[in-house]
Amino acid sequence: MESLTLSDVEQKYYSELFLSCDVDNAKKVASNGKVLDLFRSAQLSTEVVHQITELCGATRLGHFGRSQFYIALKLIALAQSGLPLRVESLNSVRDLPLPRFVMGKNDQESRHAVMYADTENQGPYSGVIPRPPARVQGKKVSAHEMIQPCVPTVDPQPDTTSPVVSPHQSPPTSPHAWRKHKRQASGGNVERQASVPGVVWPPFREAQPAPVTGDGMWSAHSPPPVQESWVSFTDTPPSSTLPMHPSSAQPESTTVRTTNENQRQGSGYDDPWKITDEQRQYYINQFKTIQADLTGLIPGSAAKEFFTKSKLPILELSHIWELSDFDKDGALTLDEFCAAFHLVVARKNGYDLPEKLPESLMPKLIDLDDSAGVPEPAPEVGFSASPVEDTPNKSPSMPSLNQTWPELNQNNEQWETFSERSSSSQTLTQFDSNIAPADPDTAIVHPVPIRMTPSKIHMQEMELKRTGSDHTHPTSPLMVKPPELPDETKLAATIKYPSATVGDGYSSSDSFSSDQEPISSAVNRQRSQSGASPEGLKVVAPPPPPPRPNASHSRSSSLDMNRTFAAVPAAGSQQAGVVAFPPAVPPRPLPTQTSMPHGHRSVEGDALPAHTSTSPQLMPEQPNFADFSQFQAFAVDPPADDGEKSDSGQAERCAEGAEMMRTVKNEVHPEERTAATVNSAKVSTPLAPPPKPVRRRLKSEDELRPDTEDLPQKSNVIATVLATQPSIPRSIGKDKKAIQASIRRNKETNTVLARLNSELQQQLKDLLEERISLEVQLEQLRPFSHL
Amino acid sequence: MAVCIAVIAKENYPLYIRSVPTQGELKFHYTVHTSLDVVEEKISGVGKALADQRELYLGLLYPTEDYKVYGYVTNSKVKFVIVVDSSNTSLRDNEIRSMFRKLHNSFTDVMCNPFYNPGDQIQSKAFDSIVSAMMVQAC
Repeated sequence: MESLTLSDVEQKYYSELFLSCDVDNAKKVASNGKVLDLFRSAQLSTEVVHQITELCGATRLGHFGRSQFYIALKLIALAQSGLPLRVESLNSVRDLPLPRFVMGKNDQESRHAVMYADTENQGPYSGVIPRPPARVQGKKVSAHEMIQPCVPTVDPQPDTTSPVVSPHQSPPTSPHAWRKHKRQASGGNVERQASVPGVVWPPFREAQPAPVTGDGMWSAHSPPPVQESWVSFTDTPPSSTLPMHPSSAQPESTTVRTTNENQRQGSGYDDPWKITDEQRQYYINQFKTIQADLTGLIPGSAAKEFFTKSKLPILELSHIWELSDFDKDGALTLDEFCAAFHLVVARKNGYDLPEKLPESLMPKLIDLDDSAGVPEPAPEVGFSASPVEDTPNKSPSMPSLNQTWPELNQNNEQWETFSERSSSSQTLTQFDSNIAPADPDTAIVHPVPIRMTPSKIHMQEMELKRTGSDHTHPTSPLMVKPPELPDETKLAATIKYPSATVGDGYSSSDSFSSDQEPISSAVNRQRSQSGASPEGLKVVAPPPPPPRPNASHSRSSSLDMNRTFAAVPAAGSQQAGVVAFPPAVPPRPLPTQTSMPHGHRSVEGDALPAHTSTSPQLMPEQPNFADFSQFQAFAVDPPADDGEKSDSGQAERCAEGAEMMRTVKNEVHPEERTAATVNSAKVSTPLAPPPKPVRRRLKSEDELRPDTEDLPQKSNVIATVLATQPSIPRSIGKDKKAIQASIRRNKETNTVLARLNSELQQQLKDLLEERISLEVQLEQLRPFSHL
Repeated sequence: MAVCIAVIAKENYPLYIRSVPTQGELKFHYTVHTSLDVVEEKISGVGKALADQRELYLGLLYPTEDYKVYGYVTNSKVKFVIVVDSSNTSLRDNEIRSMFRKLHNSFTDVMCNPFYNPGDQIQSKAFDSIVSAMMVQAC
C-alpha cells in the first residue's frame, strides 16, 4: 500500500483518535478494546469493520499501529462516505470526510464525512449525513479534521476527486492515503493531531462536549479560511461542525456543512491555501488543456469559459480573477491559473474567498521567486511537483522580463557596433547620460554597452581629433547621430547644411565644433564610464577643433562622407566651405599637388591655378591655398564678387583644406600648394585620405597618395575634402596618435584661420586703397572744393 | 477625500456610484447626474487631442455651496465624477488628479477581468476597496 496521504485535518483528527485509543501509550492499539469500540461507533457494519481492519493490516499485525490505525480511520471515513473500501482509495479521495464515530467524536466525523460527501460529489454522500445523531461536540474538531482531508490542504491528499471543474479523478486510494497519512502524521501534524485527539477523544470516551474545546482549538486554527478544499467542487463546509456542537443531528447536514466550513476555514494547520502536489499536478494538466505551453498565458476569455464551468457565480469568479490575476494583464500564467483554480476549488468546497490573495497562491512573478511563489506546503507535504512547476511558472511569469533581455543584448550589440563605427560617439554619450531618451539602447544601457573596447573608443576619439583637425569633425563620433551609423549620409547632409552658410564656412564649422564640444564632452562622459577607454581618450573631446562643418562625420561615416562629398562636388562649394573648414591640412601631398593643382583647379577655373600659384604662401595651410588663390582671383574681379567667390573659394578651400588637412595631418606642411590639389585628390578618393591622417605619422607615403588622388577631381575637392576628413580612419586608433592627430588638426585649423585672417586683411587693404583712390578722384573732380 | 464617487458609462448610466452615507445619497446621485451635463460640455468642446491626458482630467466641473464636483473622462468616454465636500480642506488639484488616476487604474483592472461584462455594475471588491479608501479620507 502506498503511503497514506492525509490532510491536515485528517491527520489531526486521526492522531487524536489514535492517542485516545492508545491509552497505554504503547504506540499501538490493540485490535480490541477502544479501537473496536471506536470502529463500531462509526456505525459501520461489523463486516465492514472487519474488512477495514484487514485492509489496514491490523489483522496481520494483530494490533493497530499508528499507520494501521490511520488507515483504518480513513477506511472508516470511506465507508461512511459510501465509497468502496479499497486500499487505493485511501489516497485518492481528497475530500474524504473524516470518519465519523457515533460516540461523541463521531459526530463531527460523521458530519465531516457527510459534508465531504456533499462537497465532493455534490451530494452523493448526503446519505451519510443523517448519520451523526449523537454527534456531539467534540467531533467538531474531528469534523474539522475530516473536512480538512477533504480540503486539499497541505497534506498531499490524493487529488483524485479534486479538481473542480474537471473530471474527478479515480477514486482515492485510501489505503495509500492512510499510509501516507500515517507517515506524515507522524512527521508533521503530530502536534496538531495531538491536540485534536485530546479534544476529540474525550468526547468520544465520555461523549462530552469536549468539542467545545476542540472547537476552540479549531477556531484557533482557523486563520485562513480556506483550505484548499479539495478540488472537488463538492466541498463539505468544514465549518459546519462547529455549529454542530450543540448536538443536533438533523440540521446536521447543513450545520455540519457550515461547521465544516467554519472549521475548514478555521483550520489553519499550515497554510490552508497551499496547493498540494496532486492538486498542482492536476492544475497543470488542466492548464495544458487550455494552453499547451506551460510558460504561456491563458487569455482571459479562455479562462472565463473554463472557470465558468465550475458553476460558481460570476461575481465570485470575478473576484477570484481579481485575486489571481496578479499582474493584471488579463491573462493567466501557470501560477495564476493554479491559484485561480485553487480558489475555485476552495470556494466550491465552501471556503470563503479571501480578500486578498494568500501568500501561498501568489504567482511567482519572476523566476527568482519561484521558491517563494510556489506555495510551500506544510513540511509534511511533499511538494515534489512544485519545483517542476515552479520552473514553468517562472517562464510565464517572466515573459516580459525575458523579452527584455534579448532586447538588451541587441542593444548592447548595437552599442558595440556603434562604438566600432565610431559614429556613435554621440550615441555613446547619449547612452551614458541616459538623457537620450528615445534610444532604447540608452535606456538599457549600463556599463556594458558603453564599455566599448578601448580601442574603439580610442579610435573614435582619434577620429574626433582628426575630424576636428579636418574640416569638420566628420568622424566626430560626437557629431554622429547616435543611432545611425548609416548616417553617414546624414552626416553628409548635416555637413552640407552648415556649409550652406558659405561665408560662414568657418563659422558654421564653428557651430559644428560647438556641437562637437558637447558631444565630445558626452563622449568623454561615455568614455569615462566605459572605463576601459584610456584616459587619454577622454581628452579627446578636446576642444572641438574649429568648427568642422562636417559635424556629423562619424568615423565610418567619414568614409561614406567622402563618397558623399565626392558625389556632391560642386554643390559643396558652399558646403565645402563648411566642410572644408577643417584647418587647412598642411599641404601634404605637395608633390602631387604641384602636379595636380592645375588639373584640379580646372574645376575651379583659373582661379585655382592662380591659387595654386599663390598658394605657396599658404603652403602651411593647404586649404588656404585653394582659398587664397581663389580669393585672389576674385580679388581681381570687382570686390563685390570677392565676397561671394571668396565664399565659394573658401568653400573650396575649405574642402581642399579639409582634404589637405586630412592628408596633412602630419607635419607635412610644405606641401601647401599641393594642398589644394591634395584636397581635390582627396576628394576624389575620399577613402584614401581618411585613413591617412592617422597614419600620417606612420608613413609619409600616405601623404603622397592623397596627392595623387587629388588629381582626379577638383570639383569634388570640397566634398571630398570634407568626406575625406571625416573619414579619418580610426582604424589606427592609438591614443597617442589620436592626440597628436588632433593636435595637428588644431594646428591646421589655426593656420587656416590665420590665412583667412590674412586674406581678409588684404581685402581690407585693397578696399582702403580703392577708397583713397576714389577720394582722390573726387577731389580732382571737384576742384572747387579747394576753392 | 470624496463624499461621493461615481463611474458613469459611456451611455451616461452609472456603472458604479458610492457615497458617504451620512448625507442623503440621493442628493449626490442628483448632483452627479447634473454634473454629467457639464462633462459633456467639456468633452464636446475639446475636439482636438482627445486622448490628451490633460483632457482626461476635466477639473472642477462646478462648485456648489456645499461641495465641489470634479470630473474625469477616459478615452472610452467613461466618466469619473468625484464630489468633495467644500468644508474639507480644499484639496489640491494634484490630489484630485491622483485620485482620478487611481480610479482609472482600478477601473482598468476591473475591465481586464474577463468575467466582467462591460456595462455591468462594477462589483469588484478591489475597486470597492480603493474607492472606500478614497472616501474614507474625505470623511
